[in-house]
Amino acid sequence: MRKLGGVSTPHHKNTATSPVEEIPTPPEVRIPMSMHIGAPAKCIVKVGDAVQVGQLIGEAAGFVSSSIYASVSGKVKSVDETDAVTGYRSVSVTIASDGLQTPYEKLSPPDVHDLPSFLEAVRASGAVGLGGAGFPTVAKLTVKDAGKVDYIIVNGAECEPYITSDTRTMVEDKDYVWNSLKLLKKYLKPAHIVYAIEENKPEPIRLTRELAANVQPGEEPLAEVKVLPSLYPQGGEKMLIYNVTGRIVPEGKLPLDVGAMVINCSTLAIISRYIINGMPLVSRCITVDGSAVKNPKNLAAPIGTPVSALFDYCGLKKEVRKIIMGGPMMGTAIPNADMPILKNTNAVLAFAEAEALLPAETPCINCGQCIKHCPMGLMPSNLLTAYNLKKPENLAKYKANLCLECGCCAYSCPAKRPITQYMKLAKAMLRDYTAANANNSK
Amino acid sequence: MSYLAVSPGPHIRGRVTTQGVMRDVLIALVPALIAGTLAFGLRAILITAVCVASCVLSEYLFEKGMKRPVTIGDLSACVTGVLLAYNLPVGIPIWQAVFGSAVAIIVIKQLFGGLGKNFANPAITARIVMFLAFSATMSTWVIPNFLPDAVTSATPLALLRAGDAASLPSLLNMLLGQRGGCIGETSALALTLGGVYLIARRVITWHAPVAFIAMVFAFTAVLGREPVYQIFSGGLFLGAIFMATDYVTTPRTTLGRIIFGLGAGFITVVIRAFGSYPEGVSFAILLMNILTPYINKATETKPIGGAQT
Repeated sequence: MRKLGGVSTPHHKNTATSPVEEIPTPPEVRIPMSMHIGAPAKCIVKVGDAVQVGQLIGEAAGFVSSSIYASVSGKVKSVDETDAVTGYRSVSVTIASDGLQTPYEKLSPPDVHDLPSFLEAVRASGAVGLGGAGFPTVAKLTVKDAGKVDYIIVNGAECEPYITSDTRTMVEDKDYVWNSLKLLKKYLKPAHIVYAIEENKPEPIRLTRELAANVQPGEEPLAEVKVLPSLYPQGGEKMLIYNVTGRIVPEGKLPLDVGAMVINCSTLAIISRYIINGMPLVSRCITVDGSAVKNPKNLAAPIGTPVSALFDYCGLKKEVRKIIMGGPMMGTAIPNADMPILKNTNAVLAFAEAEALLPAETPCINCGQCIKHCPMGLMPSNLLTAYNLKKPENLAKYKANLCLECGCCAYSCPAKRPITQYMKLAKAMLRDYTAANANNSK
Repeated sequence: MSYLAVSPGPHIRGRVTTQGVMRDVLIALVPALIAGTLAFGLRAILITAVCVASCVLSEYLFEKGMKRPVTIGDLSACVTGVLLAYNLPVGIPIWQAVFGSAVAIIVIKQLFGGLGKNFANPAITARIVMFLAFSATMSTWVIPNFLPDAVTSATPLALLRAGDAASLPSLLNMLLGQRGGCIGETSALALTLGGVYLIARRVITWHAPVAFIAMVFAFTAVLGREPVYQIFSGGLFLGAIFMATDYVTTPRTTLGRIIFGLGAGFITVVIRAFGSYPEGVSFAILLMNILTPYINKATETKPIGGAQT
């Protein structure tokens, strides 16, 4: 079996044993209507409206979309278009908190008794892929032919450095995750459920094994716990499917086409939280770390909390020169600390000068490290040459479209070439080329 | 927060740098210098120093003259200097060593675009140029006996060629480097030590050196020509460990590196056995350098899940 590439990054899991602390309710939250892949939610509140925690403020606009709920109680201060983390503009609802955190009075646990009611509950929970992708969970779980789901893989890999929010969820919310697995088993009837965790997380592995072993005599365990080597990007969907099932998702196909479905553990926790307590996704666990942070912590914060409020709580010890939402490999650098945390923000990192500045680029020495470490088996150095020569046909030949932008090539490059960054440009060039070709052939 | 840096990911980089790689290669070359000094005296160190200094100076002057950024800090010119010196007999005149260094850096490296762009190994190619230009001094060998410039003698390869197996040094002396030859090529033990260090530091992989040496061994065994002496003779260990693993001029993939090693081994034996020169490692590596782009093309990796096009 072919071994996938990847890189051994430093783990920096400084907060793995830090229990989640709830931050004081921020005076104001800004909630974008687009925190997921797909159509932005339709805002249904206006300035001056009073809202309560868990009240719907953005309606899912289509199948691949997600509902958005007020994360604080108070008054809607503004509804306007603002800069989003992604770089695009997005309609956001700003709510001035009254500090009371009054739950919405009409919330109640949903009635889940069959597959449609389960999917409806998932939709209403506002769940999206909390590991970072932000894909609406209900869209992932809605399968035409339920018999197609062979493997459900719980993603507890959390392979990016620093981040421990999934780790804490697997420890503190382990029963919620497990309850969701029971529901998935009941309604989607997968042949196997595999709970995949990287080996650098002993506590989640131990606790999950306990849960799996807790079965009646003669009963099959609900899930198999699979301990995977700590090799970034182990938590990538295609890597997990391959390392758990040995199956390769072919180019242009979906995991379901090979009978696999990968769901992040924190996403599963939020689904059960809603089904049991009736409170949809309004707050989440965020790891705050990085060289400029005084006390790295795991925090529970309302969605829409400005990043600066997290820093106020954890304290800063150095001047911040770079803020990253998500992990240091695939996360997004944000332009200011007023940016709100989103549903899929699993970490906020503050880097001081030394980490913020990237090394200068030197000539390629043909060492082959990028090829050796590419988890998709691509030849990044060839792709880079094709991009520099403006040859999209070569980008197609060397499959730039399969690039995950995981960052292994740039990370491993001794010449410090920003290969992944070029790859993003190369993929855009290839998309334009493919679109132009499709137009020409019409 | 005065201003924030914004850039696409990844936001962290691995520790390995070009300079670090070159530094590791220099460290790995130290045992061979010790063995060479024990065999040939302090002049071995002098020649090495001359080559390093003239390589670095050539690079500096050329880049200054061409108004390009000066890159001597990446240590690659130092590596070329050391490797070239190791490929010279200890009695080489200083001016010839300086000339060879200038050829390596200016003609073979910089004129092709500098680090990463040269198609041939600068040290090996400069050695070949010197071998053709100064064939007398380039094949005058000194007997290793701690005293420089004492007696000249034939190399084991020349002895093997002449069928004079009785005059061959003992295998132990071959391993330790107490034999005729170039400054840094004589001690297989010291060179292997450096190779193990580079493999442990993950600077190189074992594939090309092992394929190279194994091919020489197997092919000479088939020809019935003292395979054990053949692999410890000439510049095979130096070439296999330090030149057949040069990033710039050898293939990038594991399969490509094996092909490179096998090909170089084959050509080496063909030259040693049937050519008019006693030694063929340099020519073998140069020829395989030329084939490297084709090997790269033939050994492209297959994308995971990639559809046929």
